[in-house]
Amino acid sequence: MNSRLTNILPFLVAGLLALFPLVESTFYMQLLTKVLIMAIFAMSLDLLVGYTGLVSFGHAAYFGLAGYAIALMAPKYETISLWWSLPAAIGVCALFALITGTLVLRTRGIYFIMVTLAFSQMLFFIFHDTKIGGGSDGIYLYAKPSMNFGDVQLLNLEKLENFYWLVLVLTVAVYLLLHRVLGSTFGRALLGIKVNEHRMRALGFPVFRYQLASFTLSGALAGMAGYLAAAQYGFVNPEILSWHQSGAVLMMVILGGMGTLYGSVIGAFAFVLLQEVLSNQAWFGPSAKHWQLAMGIFIMLVALYLPQGLAGLSQRFGRKPVAEAADE
Amino acid sequence: MDFAFFLIQLLNGLQYGLLLFLVASGLTLVFGIMGIINLAHGSFYMVGAYLAWSLSSLTGSLTAAILLAIPLTVILGMGLERLLFRHLYQRDHLYQVLLTYGLILVFEELRSLIWGDDVHGVAVPALLNASIPLTDNLSYPVYRLAISGVCLLLAAGLYFLIQKTRLGMMIRAGASNREMVQSLGIDIKLIYTLVFALGIALAAFAGMINAPLSSVFPNMGSQVLIICFVVVVIGGIGSVKGAMAASLMIGLAETFGQVLVPEVAGMIVYVLMAVVLVWRPEGLFGRG
Repeated sequence: MNSRLTNILPFLVAGLLALFPLVESTFYMQLLTKVLIMAIFAMSLDLLVGYTGLVSFGHAAYFGLAGYAIALMAPKYETISLWWSLPAAIGVCALFALITGTLVLRTRGIYFIMVTLAFSQMLFFIFHDTKIGGGSDGIYLYAKPSMNFGDVQLLNLEKLENFYWLVLVLTVAVYLLLHRVLGSTFGRALLGIKVNEHRMRALGFPVFRYQLASFTLSGALAGMAGYLAAAQYGFVNPEILSWHQSGAVLMMVILGGMGTLYGSVIGAFAFVLLQEVLSNQAWFGPSAKHWQLAMGIFIMLVALYLPQGLAGLSQRFGRKPVAEAADE
Repeated sequence: MDFAFFLIQLLNGLQYGLLLFLVASGLTLVFGIMGIINLAHGSFYMVGAYLAWSLSSLTGSLTAAILLAIPLTVILGMGLERLLFRHLYQRDHLYQVLLTYGLILVFEELRSLIWGDDVHGVAVPALLNASIPLTDNLSYPVYRLAISGVCLLLAAGLYFLIQKTRLGMMIRAGASNREMVQSLGIDIKLIYTLVFALGIALAAFAGMINAPLSSVFPNMGSQVLIICFVVVVIGGIGSVKGAMAASLMIGLAETFGQVLVPEVAGMIVYVLMAVVLVWRPEGLFGRG
């Protein structure tokens, strides 16, 4: 893999994306904000699925938990400071991931999939059935978080382009962080565990602790995405925790090509845009209501015929495989 | 809580548990024998319920509807196995998750297109539409007892099929060593198709007989599916015995939970699962 290109490309893309608000406003900018938030979410899951070899089908739990965290912490009709609420929401998710991680990591394979799903459903029912988070109606967030320094407002997030830039910066930060982590000894060990857990244990690696660290980091980053999503839409309801959310993000990871961080970003782009196109009433009329039918068929086709995702397509056209880039 | 009330809850819990067993046993068989995770299993429960509703309003009798619907679901199961699932046996669980997740979306939308998004009630068969008085103002519906009876019969039949018949022997052998069974000249593909269709028919049948109690509504499958995952995790993958024990446990825990501690009832099953995971990660009857 020519590493110079992969080093520069993310910045090039990020730079282009940063210019986007200058040409477009409102609708497409909001859509792109959503894409970037989902890209953070997908990257967090890729750490688990693509690099640690753990297929979680309950990742919406951390996404939604952070959403509820900001909604519950925010005072009504007033802004909440981003400086402490974002770390707090991420911290809550990290803690929850640490606790559930110690339980779910006792299992493997099919069990792991089912248990992660069950725990996310547990959270879904807690927020759906009790009054903690407003039941099935959810809670409104009346204002975007504030970024003040003392009394001075650094960035007014109520402005769409400012919020967009914040999300973009965080997306790049998460990408760089994960890139760094995966390139470290820790990341190499995770890949080793993915390929052969027993061998790594025999070599003296504390496999469980490594997996738990990866699980916790993944949950924390999913929490960051969930926080931003709740802030963007201004409300949370149990749907944010639903297993359709977990399925969608898993789909983004596979669609882009798992085990490649940028694949998750591509997957998020492709998935969200596809969703927009299929549910576009102007194009498909009343049948747009049933867009999930087309989406379901599409997902099945990807599962059957495109296991390496879009990033794997370049492999088919004779380029060096990207999926193994981290193994080099 | 007086005795009659306790008895009613106990019977309800057992009935719910037995119904869960029908769905979960198919799930655990498909897991254990074919190594396939099928998220769409709950969709077949839904398909069963909707078939029972539409066919019973067509024929005027739930019994006739069930008799008509069973062959349909078996055919559906065999067809899907041939068309889709067969391609996934050797693949990573990840792709099974994706494929079956896509299948859920397809089933839900087809349901919406064919049957609409309304909630429907299904009438209890006239013969079973009675209740047994327990005290002056408490009584127990016969239909619930009948469901429990049918589920018990099916459970016994399943036990007999797997433990006592030649086909059951092949199924068990196929679960432990696929290549060996194949080289002995047994058509493992046919066995897989049969097991898969059996699992789906069981789930659909559960949906059919429970339709008068639960009514018929969109997304009814996913609720059952998640609970059945918990059942399979607690019972141990591939263990029909474990599925039975765990189903009854969950059925009773949830029923009594809703009466005694309604605020946290939704969580009880997951707490149970967490306890089992700490204590025996491979499940109560799992092969450790």
